[in-house]
Amino acid sequence: MEKFTTIQTSAVPLNMEDVDTDQIIPARFLKATTREGFGDNLFRDWRYTTDNTLKADFVLNNKTYSGKILVVGKNFGCGSSREHAAWAIYDYGFKVVVSSFFADIFKNNALNNGLLPVVVSPEFLQKIFTAINQNPTTALQVDLENQTIEIIATKEKETFDINPYKKTCLLNGYDDIDYLLSLKDKIESFEQNR
Amino acid sequence: MATTLFDKIWDAHVVQAIENGPQVIYIDKHLIHEVTTPQAFAGLENKGIKVYRPKQTVATADHNVPTKNQNLPIKEALSKKQVETLIENCKNHHIELYGLGHPYQGIVHVIGPELGITQPGITMVCGDSHTSTHGAFGAIAFGIGTSEVEQVLATQCILQTKPKKMRINIEGTLGKGVTSKDIILYIISKISTSGGTGYFVEYAGTAIRSLSMEARMTICNMSIEMGARGGIIAPDEITFEYMKGRQFVPENFEAAVEKWKQLKTDDAAVFDKEYTFDAADIAPMITYGTNPAMGIKITDTVPNVADAGLEKALQYMALEKGQSLIGKKIDYVFLGSCTNSRIEDLRMFCSLIKGKTKADNVTVWIVPGSKQVEKQAIAEGLDKILAAAGMELREPGCSACLGMNEDKIPAGKYCISTSNRNFEGRQGQGARTMLASPLMAAAAAITGKITDVRELM
Repeated sequence: MEKFTTIQTSAVPLNMEDVDTDQIIPARFLKATTREGFGDNLFRDWRYTTDNTLKADFVLNNKTYSGKILVVGKNFGCGSSREHAAWAIYDYGFKVVVSSFFADIFKNNALNNGLLPVVVSPEFLQKIFTAINQNPTTALQVDLENQTIEIIATKEKETFDINPYKKTCLLNGYDDIDYLLSLKDKIESFEQNR
Repeated sequence: MATTLFDKIWDAHVVQAIENGPQVIYIDKHLIHEVTTPQAFAGLENKGIKVYRPKQTVATADHNVPTKNQNLPIKEALSKKQVETLIENCKNHHIELYGLGHPYQGIVHVIGPELGITQPGITMVCGDSHTSTHGAFGAIAFGIGTSEVEQVLATQCILQTKPKKMRINIEGTLGKGVTSKDIILYIISKISTSGGTGYFVEYAGTAIRSLSMEARMTICNMSIEMGARGGIIAPDEITFEYMKGRQFVPENFEAAVEKWKQLKTDDAAVFDKEYTFDAADIAPMITYGTNPAMGIKITDTVPNVADAGLEKALQYMALEKGQSLIGKKIDYVFLGSCTNSRIEDLRMFCSLIKGKTKADNVTVWIVPGSKQVEKQAIAEGLDKILAAAGMELREPGCSACLGMNEDKIPAGKYCISTSNRNFEGRQGQGARTMLASPLMAAAAAITGKITDVRELM
């Protein structure tokens, strides 16, 4: 996993609630046997019509918006456990997803892939949407070490929660599997003592 | 201290707790399928790691398989490659595979219980969000991502933060034509698609206790549709009776039952959140929108409220606020998926269509959950009842629940589906899904339109 420290970029706003993982990456694109290339089909059916032409009104197709931060409405990533959803967002080029509320499995999958889910208050989320609405190039800064997210133009700032263990993993690029493998003896003794 | 059923099982599986962090949880049983595992096996191979406890993992091919002519090679190249990759990975890592052609093949959440792999008191995971199904046996079962699949293959453990606890009680007696599918659609419509996020749900109450195991599985299956990590029901005599004699139950079954009888929530245990609903208030349900919480009683009308999400959903579904759904013409009926593809679902469906024929405007797909369900249906003559009604019993798989194989609902068409998700495009690009019970699906198949099943009973 890549290390995550601080990022400052403009953001792409997707002001919709309950966005499910079937929208993030439709099932017909889950047939690959590698982790790469899912970004091409991120939000496929919102980005393209059935005859594969771009839908101009979808935010990812609007050149006004760019950046490595995706800002979304509450309950983002509900539905299927497909990790392909996190892979697709990361592969497309996003490093952070900001919302007031994430679905559990999506959040775990994002954290396991170096994609930082930042949970802000509903009020702060609204402030971000408003700021982007007023100026699409407005920059956000996400500082993992200090657990802060800031709207640079207005200096409005909020701190966010993250599990300290997961924070250490992200800051250092550690994968859970390495930690679990280091516990082999403990796992074996658990098996023997039950 | 008084504890919940969930606490008892969880706490008995903690290998290590990380300070201010998640817990290392031991996983007893791991189910895998072709779609969410290739990258996990590739990860192991890159690291030069072998599967730690291959006997605790069981594989099947279900998401991406055809439901006709399974004896022939898979036509679609990518699907074929994914299924072949699973075969190869299972062979290399000595994992038992119930692949196409095997008498135990089927949807992962149908075969676990029917083979007796799913047992009370265990922890169970699978790279599929509907793993919550297995909670019906008093197991802690939940869906995971592919990185976590790799962790389980490598160490038989996973890192998890302990969820909060919720209890949902359904008290009283269910009315005519009301099934367990209606119970769970009703619950989700009440507490929303995110009302369970962060929680593990125990279902309790007299109405839940009266249900068969297969009906309980339908309820636990859809726990994820309210955002919950999983659902659990305390095991009882109905559980033990269902399990008795199944292939992989413990050899000393009676001793195991004595142990399993201890698995229940203490009377004084406290939940972080609790709901109680009256079974008599539940009616046959149907969804009108694009998430499973957008459901109503069949006799109600589409909500007439100002809401951007609702408006977007109704535009997709081509429905109006305030509209009654009764009498609306439909195009497809799908009986299947890990929610409703078991033998009782097929029996329920056939009980209504017996001696009748399907409406001309409707295409009906009946997809059994497993080879064993298919075999049983044929043994009971259900295939003949279906054939006489102009319907066909297909072969097992996830099929039109997610349309990864050829079974896709065309754009703009309405499908009454016994599956679990009505998301945009879930059953095919532009498909309009309406979730309902097998009984409601049967009623629509016969009349060709949305029908209150109670009028046909």
